[in-house]
Amino acid sequence: MTNLQSLEFFVPEIILVITVIAALITDLFLKKSKTDLIGWVLGIGLIVVGLAVINLSHVPPTTLFLDMIVIDPFSSFIKIVIILATLFVIVASWSNHELNDYRKGEYFTIMGIMVIGLFLMASSIDIIMLYVSIEVVSIMSFILAAYMKLDTRSNEAGLKYVIYGAFSSGVMLYGLSIVYGLTGSTNYFVIQESISALDTTASPALVMALLMIFAGFGYKISSVPFHFWTPDVYEGSPTTITAYLSVAPKAAGFAMIIRFFHQIFSDGNALGAGTVGSTDMPWPEILGVLAVVTMTLGNLVAIQQKSVKRMLAYSSIAHAGYMMLALPVISIDAVEAIMVYLFVYLFMNLGAFFIVITVKNKTGGETFDDYKGLGWKMPFVGSMMTLFMLSLTGLPPTAGFVGKLYIFKTLIGAGNSYYWLVLAGGINSVISLYYYFHVVRVMFFEGKRSDKITQPPAIMFGLIVGTAVPSLLLGLYWNPLISWVKDSLIFYTQIL
Amino acid sequence: MENILSLLIWLPIIGAVVITFLPRDKEDLIRYTSAGFTGIQFIIAILLWQKFDPGNGAMQFMERYEWIPSLNISYILGVDGLSLPMVILTAMLFFVGVFVSWNIKKAVKGYFALYLLLDAGVVGVFLSLDFFLFYIFWEVMLLPMYFLIGMWGGPQREYAAIKFFLYTLFGSVLMLVGILGLYFTCGKTFDILLIMERAPEALDGALWWGMSAAKVIWVLLFIGFAIKVPVFPFHTWLPLAHVEAPTAISVLLAGILLKLGVYGIIRINYGIMPHEVYWFAGGLAFLGLVNVIWGGLCALAQTDLKKLVAYSSINHMGYSLLGMAAVVAAGAMNGGDLKAAQAGLSGAVFQMFNHGTISAMLFILVGVVYERAHHRNIDGFGGLASQMPVYTGITALAFFAGLGLPGFSGFVSEAMCFIGAFPVFKTIVVLSTIGILLNAAYFLWAFQRVFFGELNEKYKDMPEINGLELFTVIPLAIITLFFGIYPGPYLDIIKATMDQIIEKIAFVATYASM
Repeated sequence: MTNLQSLEFFVPEIILVITVIAALITDLFLKKSKTDLIGWVLGIGLIVVGLAVINLSHVPPTTLFLDMIVIDPFSSFIKIVIILATLFVIVASWSNHELNDYRKGEYFTIMGIMVIGLFLMASSIDIIMLYVSIEVVSIMSFILAAYMKLDTRSNEAGLKYVIYGAFSSGVMLYGLSIVYGLTGSTNYFVIQESISALDTTASPALVMALLMIFAGFGYKISSVPFHFWTPDVYEGSPTTITAYLSVAPKAAGFAMIIRFFHQIFSDGNALGAGTVGSTDMPWPEILGVLAVVTMTLGNLVAIQQKSVKRMLAYSSIAHAGYMMLALPVISIDAVEAIMVYLFVYLFMNLGAFFIVITVKNKTGGETFDDYKGLGWKMPFVGSMMTLFMLSLTGLPPTAGFVGKLYIFKTLIGAGNSYYWLVLAGGINSVISLYYYFHVVRVMFFEGKRSDKITQPPAIMFGLIVGTAVPSLLLGLYWNPLISWVKDSLIFYTQIL
Repeated sequence: MENILSLLIWLPIIGAVVITFLPRDKEDLIRYTSAGFTGIQFIIAILLWQKFDPGNGAMQFMERYEWIPSLNISYILGVDGLSLPMVILTAMLFFVGVFVSWNIKKAVKGYFALYLLLDAGVVGVFLSLDFFLFYIFWEVMLLPMYFLIGMWGGPQREYAAIKFFLYTLFGSVLMLVGILGLYFTCGKTFDILLIMERAPEALDGALWWGMSAAKVIWVLLFIGFAIKVPVFPFHTWLPLAHVEAPTAISVLLAGILLKLGVYGIIRINYGIMPHEVYWFAGGLAFLGLVNVIWGGLCALAQTDLKKLVAYSSINHMGYSLLGMAAVVAAGAMNGGDLKAAQAGLSGAVFQMFNHGTISAMLFILVGVVYERAHHRNIDGFGGLASQMPVYTGITALAFFAGLGLPGFSGFVSEAMCFIGAFPVFKTIVVLSTIGILLNAAYFLWAFQRVFFGELNEKYKDMPEINGLELFTVIPLAIITLFFGIYPGPYLDIIKATMDQIIEKIAFVATYASM
């Protein structure tokens, strides 16, 4: 579709750009203490964007801007996940005391720009667009991670993020250039055709390109061995940003991986290729090993943490691993499982981070010691944290279990060669119980009992309820979610 | 009364919700509310027993609702002769347990809310006939148990709580893999009855990693259940959890939660993979023997009275395993001895119930003395018989029941297990009789040390067992005595269902290529 025709289908992004500009201009006229208002501007803008996305979600898959991006139900699903995450984080940012010393105008504006990047990540079908969108998201994340400029750890987080980000996107770009050299095109579908026509002499180059590209993707979803930035960045960033980084870019990253690998390297749109293109590379096995290593490492290191926030950082690496378990299985079931997991993970993980914010606002710390006796002092917060921990462990009847159930179901349904992944995933969730329930233990079994009960402030209370209810309900009844996921499982797969 | 089974499950959940909304300083109100909800549940369980048709071996009072159609998950409940006595036992012990917990002072509201949640989980496992539902209830029990041990337990409670949780979760994860395996091989359904129908054919010849899929699934499920029983070598969480848990929770743990393992093996493993029973029975009998001997030896070595009772559970569950293994006597290659199979399986199921009442009594009585002396060191007492004659009398009764003296229900079920297992596993049965000896030795020796000899000066003012405590023990003692003399009513309830299970196992043997 030509540029002009495309605009009609690009309404959500256009509204988003207008919102960002409006936010930027409004900020000029506000005193520092009033900059929370920008959150409202962005929030309302995002709700309108969300409506526009829903409005377009039933459009048959179409390419826009001369085959740069697509609009299909799959991208709409990811966009809605991103919008939900952003809305939650905007509200949480209003009462995150860490940010009180800073103007929040730029903060919200940058978050808005990041959303544009995430949208494009979820829908690009061209390696140039892909690269540009990743960079938009990365650069905005660097700034947000270092937003507390008076805090050394936040600065450290930003700097580390920049270095790792620059390195891995450089590597990825190199990989992409090899792909371009081999195929002569930047479009996914043309690349796909050319790759299937390549003869075996091109294999080494292809394998190298693939591994390099995965470096970039792995960095975005914090997969081992590209995860090194995660703990420090997550620990140093403002907690709201940590929560955001652990959910939204991960969703977009998985969308990108699914599109890129499923569409370029499996033959045509027939999901189910064992090896990549004409190479003899055991791609499913490589992905499987990476997934297992990622979750095992995340879990084992999480056990040793003394800070709850850092523990959650490692736990998010582990969860990336669980989701990656489904990647080797190239089937509709696998994509469905990842989508379900992303959706439930959004609520349980954000919820856990909201509790970290609540506790930090109250006690000023985020180590396990700060959680001592929390279950007695703030029974509501304590019991909700228990729910989130249960859900993150993946115990029924919580949403986390449903996520894991779909992943395991995919693997067992895919046959014999994937059973070991199920066992690895299962044993990992047992390991994760230990550290998740370390929090519960500290909250309820340690510290002094107190008769003075405090409730969190209204905003935090609302956010915790807002994430806790889906974390529990989706574990008991997920028919609407699964039918929505199934409806969204339509990709743009046509060869141009 | 159409949804009587749902009522049994949901009543305690409603109770838990009601309690969360009660003000937390109204402690007595909370206690009475819990007693009310568990009491009504007990009455409903009795009503269920009245309406139950013992002549029918199939599922009764079935309920079936669609739940998650895209995965073929339904809400299916049903009760048969295997689960009915367990449901009654559960309702009874949870009702009794409220009074055992009457003296809990710390966070009463939280305690009883979790207590009722645990109740719902246990009843749910016994009644659900959909694997997904079964698994949910199975896991729902973990969290309340974790808190009940970890918050209201003894000095090492935190370690005990997490160890219990990790062990059980490990087992359940393996179970989940097994369940998913059955889901895919048996035509994508979680309906247990449907899987029972389809599994023998669907699993026939299916391979996992080059091994028979049925055997792999059997082992996966078995480990999940064995951890609950607990079968050696998965038993190490049990003594710890028992010792640290508050009295009422020990009662429930020994009385009901351990039975879930045996129940699971009979319902799920036997029901779905009857063919593999022949393959595994020898191992099962051997594990039973190890449980009997190991549990007995460990019990003999204990200085802590509660730990002794805990190890006695391991010892007693060994008899149950032995009885379960005896069903293979029904197979054609073993002579098709249906009588032995019946004796063994009924004995195993009866032993579950009897151990439920007897160990509950034992734990309550240990709790009584702990409440007064604040320790449970067997050698730290002495001569209590002169100080607390009533307590001594009732403890003597419980100990005798525990060591399987004729006239008590434990004797009947243990004898049935042995009689059933003897034709097939002669050596193992002969060796297990050593367990009976150990069993008598540790109970009598402990009894002697605690109650006879010089009265320990420290305890010369020890108050006698009180009315509330007697109220919790006496009904259990009566049941034990009654079934010891006249086990008929119990065996009548389970007979039809047992026959059905045995018939199925005997039937597959005729086609067995063994």
